[in-house]
Amino acid sequence: MSTDAAALAGRPAAPTIKAKTSRDDRIMLGFILVICLYLLITLAFPLYAILSKSFSAFSFNLTNFEFQVDAGEGWSEPLSAAELNRQTGAYSDADLATSSDGRLSVVEFFPDFSFRSPTLYRIRQVNPQSSFLYGSERIADTEWHEYSSNDFRRIVLRPAAALGLENYRTYFSTPSLFRSIENSLWIATISTIITVSLAFGFAYALNRSQMRFKGVFRLVAMIPILVPSLLPGIALVYLFGNQGMIKGLLLGESIYGPIGIVLGSVFFTFPHALIIIATALAISDARLYEAAIALRASRWKTFWTVTLPGARYGLISAAFVVFNLVITDFGLPKVIGGQYNMLAVDIYKQVIGQQNFEMGAVVSVVLLIPALLAFTIDRIVQKKQVAQLSARSVPYEPRPNRRFDSICLGYCSLVAIFIVGLIAVCQYAALIKFWPYNLSLSLNNYNFEVMDGGGWSSYFNSIRLALYTALAGTLVVFVGAYMVEKINGFVATRSAFQFLAMMPMAIPGMVLGLAYIFFFNDPANPLNGIYGTMGILVICTVTHFYTVSHLTAVTALKQMDREFEAVAASLKQPFYRLFSRVTVPVCMPSILDISIYLFVNAMTTVSAVIFLYSPDTTLASVAVLNMDDAGDIAPAAAMGMMIFYTNVAARLIHTFVSRNLVRRTQAWRRQ
Amino acid sequence: MTESTTAESTSPQVYLRIERLTKKFGLFTALDDVSLDVYEGEFICFLGPSGCGKTTFLRAIAGLDIQTSGRVYQDNADISALPPSERDFGIVFQSYALFPNLTAWKNIAFGLENQKLDKAKIDARVAELLELVGLPDQGPKYPAQLSGGQQQRIALARALAMSPGLLLLDEPLSALDAKVRGHLRHEMKQLQRRLGVTTVMVTHDQEEALTMADRIVVMDQGRIEQVGTPTEIYCEPDTLFVADFIGAMNQVPGKIDGNRLKIAGLDFTPRQHDIADGTSIVAAIRPEDIVPLGAGGEIAGGTSGENRLEVEIEDMEFLGSFWRVSLRNGAMGENRLLADMSINAVRHMAVDIGSTIEVELPADRLWVFPTAGTE
Repeated sequence: MSTDAAALAGRPAAPTIKAKTSRDDRIMLGFILVICLYLLITLAFPLYAILSKSFSAFSFNLTNFEFQVDAGEGWSEPLSAAELNRQTGAYSDADLATSSDGRLSVVEFFPDFSFRSPTLYRIRQVNPQSSFLYGSERIADTEWHEYSSNDFRRIVLRPAAALGLENYRTYFSTPSLFRSIENSLWIATISTIITVSLAFGFAYALNRSQMRFKGVFRLVAMIPILVPSLLPGIALVYLFGNQGMIKGLLLGESIYGPIGIVLGSVFFTFPHALIIIATALAISDARLYEAAIALRASRWKTFWTVTLPGARYGLISAAFVVFNLVITDFGLPKVIGGQYNMLAVDIYKQVIGQQNFEMGAVVSVVLLIPALLAFTIDRIVQKKQVAQLSARSVPYEPRPNRRFDSICLGYCSLVAIFIVGLIAVCQYAALIKFWPYNLSLSLNNYNFEVMDGGGWSSYFNSIRLALYTALAGTLVVFVGAYMVEKINGFVATRSAFQFLAMMPMAIPGMVLGLAYIFFFNDPANPLNGIYGTMGILVICTVTHFYTVSHLTAVTALKQMDREFEAVAASLKQPFYRLFSRVTVPVCMPSILDISIYLFVNAMTTVSAVIFLYSPDTTLASVAVLNMDDAGDIAPAAAMGMMIFYTNVAARLIHTFVSRNLVRRTQAWRRQ
Repeated sequence: MTESTTAESTSPQVYLRIERLTKKFGLFTALDDVSLDVYEGEFICFLGPSGCGKTTFLRAIAGLDIQTSGRVYQDNADISALPPSERDFGIVFQSYALFPNLTAWKNIAFGLENQKLDKAKIDARVAELLELVGLPDQGPKYPAQLSGGQQQRIALARALAMSPGLLLLDEPLSALDAKVRGHLRHEMKQLQRRLGVTTVMVTHDQEEALTMADRIVVMDQGRIEQVGTPTEIYCEPDTLFVADFIGAMNQVPGKIDGNRLKIAGLDFTPRQHDIADGTSIVAAIRPEDIVPLGAGGEIAGGTSGENRLEVEIEDMEFLGSFWRVSLRNGAMGENRLLADMSINAVRHMAVDIGSTIEVELPADRLWVFPTAGTE
């Protein structure tokens, strides 16, 4: 044996070893590819479809059509429609921009046209890139076609599709559309500032005071997660609407518009901000505070030099999460926005109201930009937050301080009253006969069968959707996360997977839903069959909430010893035995967390599924929206409360099952 | 460097042959063309500072991180490209990687359970293994209920459950406190000898390597510096790195001149070497090899009488069983020699800070190594 450099130089390089992949690795790779394919089909391809839709413009290409006329003196020279239009001024440029359904009558090009005249007409296309219709017969060739004047009036031109920025040009030259950008940014910014400030105060009180009822406050603060985002809107209508209980407090301002949207947004984004900020405050190091006391820094100064800088990443991250939630939310501005346009609602209006899918796609792309930006910044900031965590930091233990504790208690009570109050108003609204004229209690509003929105079957559909989503989603997410964490090699495939798994968080629900229409409703798509079924709702919801679930699974898996797989391989055990005997039992708490997260979100989501439900698969959250739209506000509140109670029940079951499972499968945790 | 002849004359059968192994991570070469033969039943230690490539070496042998090039033969079969599940080894990691939700018993039985063995056979084997590692009553406990040392032994029992031909140990003792470590060191060595299983252990702890290994592989920067028995490694280091890494070593720059060792103005007879005349070198001697001769050299150490040096005692540090004494000689400038002196010798010679004594640097203990970079 020799390591002598001179001796080595003379030896030829040893051949590279190509590692033989094990059966386990091949199976795991198979799983990863299947889930990658799933994410491609349910995410990447639909997004591509929406993007290309936004760039496909339809217009009447008049130079492509030529006409000849025979008024008894033989055929005239061929004239293009463009030339005829120039002579007659029949159509303006605006008339010529159209959607895929556009039709243009040809007789307008001939001012002296009469269907009774004996004049003959000929029409042909120069290039077969567009077409015209004779009645319902589509003609796309380049031959001359001859018609009597009576037949000629049945000819309509069809537009040609072209890739281009036409839709965007239209969008940015229509003030009623592009003003929504400003509105959305403005509302999101204001809501973010208010929510983050309120949540910081709340988290600070929970973390740094010795006030009483901390447990209650923690529970109350999580309530908004359990209801659809549009429910606070309904409560606000009851409080401040035209016949509102305490309408006077608004001093004549209308709740329908920015005020309502901001108030509701603060309500439904509060728990999201609180979780992030509370975590950031909880990891701060008590030793810094001891140092501050030793240096005789005032409480005020300590707050500005220790507390705030320590929580800054949490604050920034919370801000972007809230911003993203508000700007992409659809239910709330739909219910309480009034005439105040927001981007997410514009998508709905364009698609459902005007059937203008191309413009819906354009608004989607516009909405995607701030959402993507907020998402990217949040990811960068969160990485820093993790790096800040030190294993050696000492948790801060607050000392009792009567005055400070009372202030905290008072503050948290106010926030809790705001949250509980809105929910209570909804419950009250659901139970009274007819606000504000008949205040007697009744269950009439729960008689959903006589309302718009699909009746009680909507509610049961929602439960089915939530259960399927929780089951299928947890399975797909956890298996996917396991494979991508534990497989050996295949670096490129793994990064591709990780990228795909992060993407859903950046995609607003409205955009995802619309993208699904474009992708799955395309008759050429072999998966067309799932359109309109419960299947597409499950798939869409799993994909919509994939990222958070995936991150939860990855965090749990990263806490497992890296060498388990190596040990199992040395013991000649296939990975799936390790997976079922060790990985799943050890990760069970996280698996249950993922499933309840998916369940609750499937119950409350509106944005993605609003485009995808069919008469057979109406959903409770959508029913709330539709009943509210139809003016049945009380039943809408009733249905909203059904969602709330279902989610509360689900959480209780989750807690109960978790405790029991943990007792049985996690006996090893107790020493 | 020449192939070290091995200790085990009874079983010179090569069990594991590693040929020209190289492992690259991107541009970084973690393992640089290393070759090694491991004999059947042998206990081999890979020893080196962190980042020297010893763990990479072990993981390549296990197939966990397969080498970029080079071959591995186990029991005459080429296993170079095989995934770990198709190799024959048991492994114990620094973390033990015990399955936390399974009892000690179930952990050990994990590998036995789907081998088409009947339950009684499995139970008997698990009981035997628990007995073997000295924990016959700890089967029903979960890992979290066991002490670190017990966990380590359960991990060892699990690794041995399938009677592997090769036992791999990745820093198996470094997570334990010193006392348990000393105890387990001995126990593991006994167990290994009893079972006769060929064993490769990675460690950065030289004491561990010296006490447990039949042969030590000293590694640095992805290369093997020296392979030899513990005494060979300690007493006959091939390189300055080995000399410096194992035990304490005085190092003083000097020069070879006419086969004499010149340090500043002083002249010594060095140990046998093949360094060319006029080369700058580093002279090295272990503190315990410096022989104190007392003031004026009146205490004869049974030595040759050459390489004597008059030194001043600059500092003394009491280390319990001996004194570590810092010696100064005007001609050597800022260089100090450390010498270990027994409590007896210090008392006899009335060694004290500031006093002057004579020491001898025995010629066969006084190494010379080429200065780094002039190889």
